[in-house]
Amino acid sequence: MGSEFVALGLTPILIAAFASMACALPGNFLVLRKQALIGDAISHVVLPGIVVAYLLTGKLSTWPMMIGAAGAAVTSVILIEMIKRLGQIEYGAAMGVVFTAMFAAGVLLLEQSDTSRVHLDVEHALFGNLETLIWLQSDGWASFLRFEDLAQLPPQFVRMFMVLLITSAFTYVFWRPLVLISFDEAYARTIGARATIIGFLLVVLATMAAVAAFDAVGSIIVIAMILCPPATARLLTNDIKTQVLLSLFLALSATLVGYITAGYLPLWLGFSNTLSAAGMIATVSGLLLAISAIYGRHRNRIT
Amino acid sequence: MLGDALSLSLGYNATLVTLGATLLGAAAGMAGTFLYLRKNALISDAISHATLPGLGIAFLIAVAFGWDGRQLAILLGGSALSAALGLYFVNWLTRETRLTQDTAIGCILSVSFAFGVVLFTIIQVLPAGRKAGLESFLLGSTAGMLYSDALLILVLSIITALVLVVFLRPIKLVTFDASYSETLGISVRRVDFIILTLTLAVTVLGMKIVGLILIVALLIIPAVSARFWSEKTDIILITSTAFGALSGYIGSAISAVSAGLPTGPIIVLCAFGFFLISFLFAPKRGVLAVALKHYQFQKTVHLTQGLLSLALRQSIYEPKTRRLLQRFGYIRADGVVTEVGKSLAAKTLLNEKRWSYWQETLRESDQFDGQVVFSLMDIETKLTQDQILLIDQGLAARKGKKL
Repeated sequence: MGSEFVALGLTPILIAAFASMACALPGNFLVLRKQALIGDAISHVVLPGIVVAYLLTGKLSTWPMMIGAAGAAVTSVILIEMIKRLGQIEYGAAMGVVFTAMFAAGVLLLEQSDTSRVHLDVEHALFGNLETLIWLQSDGWASFLRFEDLAQLPPQFVRMFMVLLITSAFTYVFWRPLVLISFDEAYARTIGARATIIGFLLVVLATMAAVAAFDAVGSIIVIAMILCPPATARLLTNDIKTQVLLSLFLALSATLVGYITAGYLPLWLGFSNTLSAAGMIATVSGLLLAISAIYGRHRNRIT
Repeated sequence: MLGDALSLSLGYNATLVTLGATLLGAAAGMAGTFLYLRKNALISDAISHATLPGLGIAFLIAVAFGWDGRQLAILLGGSALSAALGLYFVNWLTRETRLTQDTAIGCILSVSFAFGVVLFTIIQVLPAGRKAGLESFLLGSTAGMLYSDALLILVLSIITALVLVVFLRPIKLVTFDASYSETLGISVRRVDFIILTLTLAVTVLGMKIVGLILIVALLIIPAVSARFWSEKTDIILITSTAFGALSGYIGSAISAVSAGLPTGPIIVLCAFGFFLISFLFAPKRGVLAVALKHYQFQKTVHLTQGLLSLALRQSIYEPKTRRLLQRFGYIRADGVVTEVGKSLAAKTLLNEKRWSYWQETLRESDQFDGQVVFSLMDIETKLTQDQILLIDQGLAARKGKKL
């Protein structure tokens, strides 16, 4: 593992790993609360948010984009709830109406505006640009000890790490209410847990993880990482604590295996090109799910 | 220009595309209605994303055999197969493991889409892959569509619509009442299978026009919009079909005359326009109608309560009630009751007494639940003359007893 790896391979891997784990943490509770598709909805509406932010500020800098994406995500959650309540439409269908329409609006805005100068297109939004998050200033592991080199880390590195810290802290602090509202919301209410607030915070947390991760790794990996590791872990254990820890481990494994397969396997096989790392990571997480769906100890409904 | 497109006079190809999009919209509206009524709407999301690996594999196989990988029939065939596989996995995960359907949908859609992207990165570096144009399937593109492609989509859309019409009766029965249709010998599983197959056909056909990310919209939005207009399956079905067809027609016409606009988003936004109209203005279920009904209900409650208070000579503190009574001329600005107010107050009190007596005499099993506020209705329009006579006799007898 030489200096070249630290400069070119290490930061993308770590960013992807942070993103995967930050998404998987809230995913555990979303899966149990039958809100699995919120991640799907959020990752679609992030596009119009970013486009609007770009049109308003005229540049593709980080904070306007993040705020735009978060704003769009919150807007979509409110719209879904509004259509569900006011129109008496079931949740899934309301979600389908909102996120497709917002995504369509985003694509249209993107095509209408002059974004060709900058790197902003639909495919980037979907696939991410994990491979470009390199740390050129680094000349080996020693760079981790040099302040001026650390300052040159890709901004996504620090951001994803912060988001992972926040999601971990939230999960740790609100562990009991989170578990309660995930298994028995009615009971949680009767013993005085703030079910509505905690449920809302959970969605906010997932949104934050999704928006931050989206910029770094694209939206496919976001949906896959919110759902696949928790779903896989759920088929392996009955204990929620084990499930959450297991999901983190699975997210990490999928990232490592996926990234290495995408980046190095074709080269070892003698091909000159690499595969999409984000796509490969999500694919590996799917394979892990497939294995546990066939062999998992607690795969059945009644155990 | 738009007029030309709408009147189908933009040349043979554009006309075929517009017709294809219209038929596709109609078929999506129909299939979507059944998906929605079977509470299965989001499964279309998994189906559509699962087309991507098939698209890539079909292209790779075609290239390996030395054919032109851009042949639409080959690509659509591959997409259909992988979408079917994705659908099978969603159902398998839901049935065989303890994962819920939404989790299964999310996992399958993200993983298959991701795998498709991996395949795309392989295709991109192939000599034949650079101009494969597979990206056009993500968001739909009718620009540069071949005559044969347009014809293929048109023919397949017609077949899909025909199949729907043939199976309309059993599908309608199952969506209306699944357990009842089982007793008639209609297999719910088989009907669900037909609905999902039709959804799959619509998805695959829509890939070229609307794109695989947004075809979901065409399956969900028209059906949800149509639901606002009626409670009857037939009418919902017809409305949804019309919304879908119009979205396809208007959307593809607009995109035909404006260069560089992807067809999919425009069609979807047309559909969303119909949704907004339905959501806001539909009679009975629309937001405005509901708000109006709520306002009127409030008014009736305030007036009834106010008149009762007048009849019982109680003071009214609620400013809204006073305002309403005054506006209707039941009290004067200084709070004195008018002649009209007096007679109506007496009538309201009688109405209230009659209703409460009637409710008391009901047997336990005939009691209504708390949802019905009887005193807001005029008893003389709800019960027969004989019943009211009995009530009045009962009230009179009770009054005599008290004295």
